Amino acid sequence: MAVLIEASDLEKRFGEILAVDGISLEVKRGEVLGFLGPNGAGKSTTMKMLTGFLEPDAGSARIAGIDVLDEPKQAKRQLGYLPEGAPCYGDMTARGFLTFIAEIRGFDRDEAKRRVAGAVEKTQLSSVLEQTIETLSKGFKRRVAIAQAILHDPQVLIMDEPTDGLDPNQKHQVRRLIADMAADKAIIVSTHILEEVEAVCSRAVIINRGRIVADGTAEDLMRRLPYHNTIAMHVPAGRAEAVAKALSEFAAIAKVETVGTANGRVRLRASPHAGAPIPSDLASLIRARLIEAEEVHVERGNLDEVFRQITTSDAGTSHA
Amino acid sequence: MHEFVRNTSIIARREFVAYFSTPLATVFLIIFIALTGAFAFYVGGFFERGQADLAPFFQYHPWLYLLLVPAVAMRLWAEERKSGTIELLMTLPISPWEAILGKFLAAWAFIGVALLLTLPMWITVNVLGSPDNGVILAGYVGSFLMAGAFLAVGSCISALTKNQVIAFIVSATLCFLLVMSGLELVLNVLRAWTPGFLVTAVSSMSFLSHFDRIAKGVLDLSSVVFYVSLIAFALFANRIFVELKKAD
Repeated sequence: MAVLIEASDLEKRFGEILAVDGISLEVKRGEVLGFLGPNGAGKSTTMKMLTGFLEPDAGSARIAGIDVLDEPKQAKRQLGYLPEGAPCYGDMTARGFLTFIAEIRGFDRDEAKRRVAGAVEKTQLSSVLEQTIETLSKGFKRRVAIAQAILHDPQVLIMDEPTDGLDPNQKHQVRRLIADMAADKAIIVSTHILEEVEAVCSRAVIINRGRIVADGTAEDLMRRLPYHNTIAMHVPAGRAEAVAKALSEFAAIAKVETVGTANGRVRLRASPHAGAPIPSDLASLIRARLIEAEEVHVERGNLDEVFRQITTSDAGTSHA
Repeated sequence: MHEFVRNTSIIARREFVAYFSTPLATVFLIIFIALTGAFAFYVGGFFERGQADLAPFFQYHPWLYLLLVPAVAMRLWAEERKSGTIELLMTLPISPWEAILGKFLAAWAFIGVALLLTLPMWITVNVLGSPDNGVILAGYVGSFLMAGAFLAVGSCISALTKNQVIAFIVSATLCFLLVMSGLELVLNVLRAWTPGFLVTAVSSMSFLSHFDRIAKGVLDLSSVVFYVSLIAFALFANRIFVELKKAD
């Protein structure tokens, strides 16, 4: 698969602050990369360098193989960009604005019309086309900005928080739009919403203090959690020891711990041998042995925990 | 080259229409016409002079532009930076020059419209007498060139701030200095303590002295070159400022 977005050792300094400290990444056609990180981690700055808006202090960025500094116009033709906050010219109508973008992207009058119509259909804007953008609701404004980014059907799409400020239905729409376009594009989506990563991203990169601290699929990242893939259950307090003993007799289980007590019930956690998967029938085996356990489930953890763990640990602080 | 013209004109068209999408255009045009008329008739003594020319009309243009042109220029870049659309604009497949020139030309054309709306003055003097129309034409050309120079300064300052009010005040002040540098008042102060060549340099930078010559019908090359090179210089600075400040 072709690598369409390429960053190598990007660095950017604002005064004393090293906002981006050596970020390298590649996104191939067909990939949707989730770009995660706390506020101020350098996500937007990285995206601004990838799109050629900001000049990096060191390193380089390539869009569809074209260096954004050497041939900015060529690179920008291959690129659709939704900047942070989805800025648009508020005094224009949605149609006027999209037509302006289509013209500046080099389409002639008829083609521009077709392109605008196509983007409007994909982002469901037809009801507000003749309104000035500043009078639109936040959701519509954002969709106008998204329409602007996809109108020329670019190979590369970079979106800075595309679903920020949208209601759940609109979020769902935007995610579906991204998923629909994913097959023949390379897409980067920055977000705070981790469920979004699981919903649309084939890969996630977490950055903290200007450096990449994790890179992998959502599943890869969750594997980093200490309790990933353990079995949790509740048992009545009096039976806890017996259950723990019975559990440890399973070949697949390495150790059993007591996590806490609440309302007369004990919470147990059983971990498998390192790296080994939990046998899929374990829960039924446990029940078959007449172990009186309630709420037996496999803990996968969630990305929020991974995010917190990675971005608050010492891993990133050494480069502050 | 074809692409440069195309992109510049698309930017210019958008920008020009933007002036008319707010009440700014109407307010500006009305005030411009009212003030040019008022100065010519009341302050300049258009009728009392008993001469069929537009000298009293052109005479006050530098002072009007001083306030009105920065008002046209202030939004050019400050607004882009404030609303964040500069990020959109600069990631479109256009060069910074196309954006800068497009914006400048749109604003200049807008002032051109304002000037065109004063054409009834020209017609009036032709009805009342037989003026030297060549002189008047030179006056219009000179006035338009001077407006362009004020505008380029304003556009350049507008790229330095997100705040349109600051852009207005700073560029109005700069334009004031550029106008004033030709007055005897200022030159006399300078003469007291600076070498002669500096006085000449300062007075040659004056919008006033160049415009006076043009308004008298002498569209000499040096004045045209002066305005054109000032525009070029300011737009060049504009390019640098956009680059420097776009990320703030």
